[in-house]
Amino acid sequence: MTMQEAAVLGRVEESRSAGRPRGPRRNWGVVVYSILILAILLIPIVYTIVFSFNIPARTNSTWRGFSVDNWINIFADPRVVAAFGTSILVGVTATLVAAALGTAIAIALVRFRFRFRTGLTVLLFLPMATPEVVLGSGLGSQLLNLGIDTGLPTIIVAHIMFCISFVVITVRARVASLDPAIEEAGRDLYASPAQVWWRITFPMLLPGIVAAGLLSFALSFDDFIITAFVSGSAETFPKYIYTAAVRAIPAQANVFASIIFLLAIILVVVQQVNAGARRRRYAREG
Amino acid sequence: MAGAFDDSGADLELVGITKRFPGFTAIENLNLTIPAGSFFALLGPSGCGKTTTLRLVAGLETPTAGRILIGGKDVTDSPPHQRPVNTVFQSYALFPHMTVLRNVAFGLSRRGIQDALGRAHEALRLVELDHLAGRRPSQLSGGQQQRVALARAIVNRPALLLLDEPLGALDLKLRRQMQLELKTIQDEVGLTFLHVTHDQEEAMTMADTVAVMNKGRIEQMGAPEELYELPKTSFVANFLGQSNLFTGQVVSSSALSIVVSAAGTTLEVPRERAERHAGTVTIGVRPEKLTLLVEKPAPAAGTNVLGPGIVSDVSFSGVSTQYLVEVPGAGTITVFAQNMVFGPVVNRGSEVWVSWAVGHGFGLGDDQEAELRFTPDDDTQSIATQRRAALEAELEA
Repeated sequence: MTMQEAAVLGRVEESRSAGRPRGPRRNWGVVVYSILILAILLIPIVYTIVFSFNIPARTNSTWRGFSVDNWINIFADPRVVAAFGTSILVGVTATLVAAALGTAIAIALVRFRFRFRTGLTVLLFLPMATPEVVLGSGLGSQLLNLGIDTGLPTIIVAHIMFCISFVVITVRARVASLDPAIEEAGRDLYASPAQVWWRITFPMLLPGIVAAGLLSFALSFDDFIITAFVSGSAETFPKYIYTAAVRAIPAQANVFASIIFLLAIILVVVQQVNAGARRRRYAREG
Repeated sequence: MAGAFDDSGADLELVGITKRFPGFTAIENLNLTIPAGSFFALLGPSGCGKTTTLRLVAGLETPTAGRILIGGKDVTDSPPHQRPVNTVFQSYALFPHMTVLRNVAFGLSRRGIQDALGRAHEALRLVELDHLAGRRPSQLSGGQQQRVALARAIVNRPALLLLDEPLGALDLKLRRQMQLELKTIQDEVGLTFLHVTHDQEEAMTMADTVAVMNKGRIEQMGAPEELYELPKTSFVANFLGQSNLFTGQVVSSSALSIVVSAAGTTLEVPRERAERHAGTVTIGVRPEKLTLLVEKPAPAAGTNVLGPGIVSDVSFSGVSTQYLVEVPGAGTITVFAQNMVFGPVVNRGSEVWVSWAVGHGFGLGDDQEAELRFTPDDDTQSIATQRRAALEAELEA
């Protein structure tokens, strides 16, 4: 689970437990338990962030003192930068393609009855149910058999494959909750089929598509197992960390990880603040 | 208001429309002409094909056979967005991601009309919701949403406005209020309204012309009073209000009336109020046209008398009282009596006679069907009740 996922899940949990317990006595068991869980969840993250401020040296496993050198010389290690760039490229491409294809499949599954509909549903669940090692090795040997060179394109294709399932599952729920009469109203109000899609259906599906996209990106960004089988010489961020860990992970890796974490936190905070403002506005307008 | 809109309504013509879905036929050879500027109601039980008819006109379904003409122009093969028709959907179908104002301006913007927002404000003023123009539909009450849906449709000045039971989900008081408002708006803007409903009272209070639809066919069409006073089929006689029906042989007929042997006696019906004049016929009379008598009346010309019978049920409802009278040979007869004195005039178990003026009877064109009375599950009242209950359950969940 990446930090984005943790942040997204954290948001859900938070909104669910919005009401404070009103019991007269505090249950110390729950308090201790919560602190423990939080500590377990946060220690690796805190460790990562703290060590991004370590004084640079050949290894980054012992604390030598506070420094911002790693943040200033963020692009010092070209391999970290290249791997990070590859991961972003793979993540964004796979997410966009998977979101587009997955949304189309989700609409087809909900709105139409066709041959092999059930078969398609099963196929979609397979990548989620199959262990990644199996999926990765299977893909790897297939590519070898077909004589396709592994590299960046094969990583992207593999990531699209497992992301599509998550997009379909997420968006399908959204499509199912959509009243078809709303689109009919659009057609009735002089909107051409393209306009109905862009002005009505797409905006209404957007929250689902965005959620699916975030999930896809997170899954793609931190995927190691499948990537390892289909990447050839191309290096993604997780793959780089894995190989670097044998020798020494440069502190820049911690910097990139911290940046991702902070970005996720900022996203969540902005969303919460916006939602809060909207709620207050609604409450005022009554 | 009239100056803001510049078109007028158009005729709608359905020619030989048939619509088959896999497994069943929704509409069979339907011919219908709705003149421009009229308020036309299609009335029928659920599953009678009335909503399908509406969707065919809107272009949301394609007919299996037949043509649809609006203002003389054939639109059968036009997609919905190219038809001069707008619909107020049963579920309102407002765009949840747009403000009320954007919802109302949507159709105008799509057609590239100047000052779409200004006109949208104008339409919102017509339904008295301009002060809520900036809200999202989810922040409005059911009645307000209904009015937005109406404004969103009429702002386009369609040649034809389709209303798909838009009042079904409202509570009774709000429904009455909206019925009046709709009627007022129709008068003001002069559009052709096609209103689909299963609520006979709604159809009768709002429409100039009502078509009663059953099993994909129009049973009878006419002004509400005409349909009520002179139903031509047993379906209409019972769907539109209640009727007491008697079936028997015509025993004699004159230039003015026919006499039918039924219910153990002879009953007279004016000739021009009867569809059939020989053989086995079904005649009927509305419950409020009947008079309850506690003594056997002297035979008089121009009056039909049944009895004696026994009052089996008395239910008091304020303005009137409903009596059920068991008459041997005639079955159960329903009588509505105005409460001119305090309380019911006879009690359960009393022996009574019922009489009515010959001129109030009517003769049907078809025979009384075996399952004439609706089972409680699909009569108008219970559909409305069930729908309200379902909605309340949904709101509570």
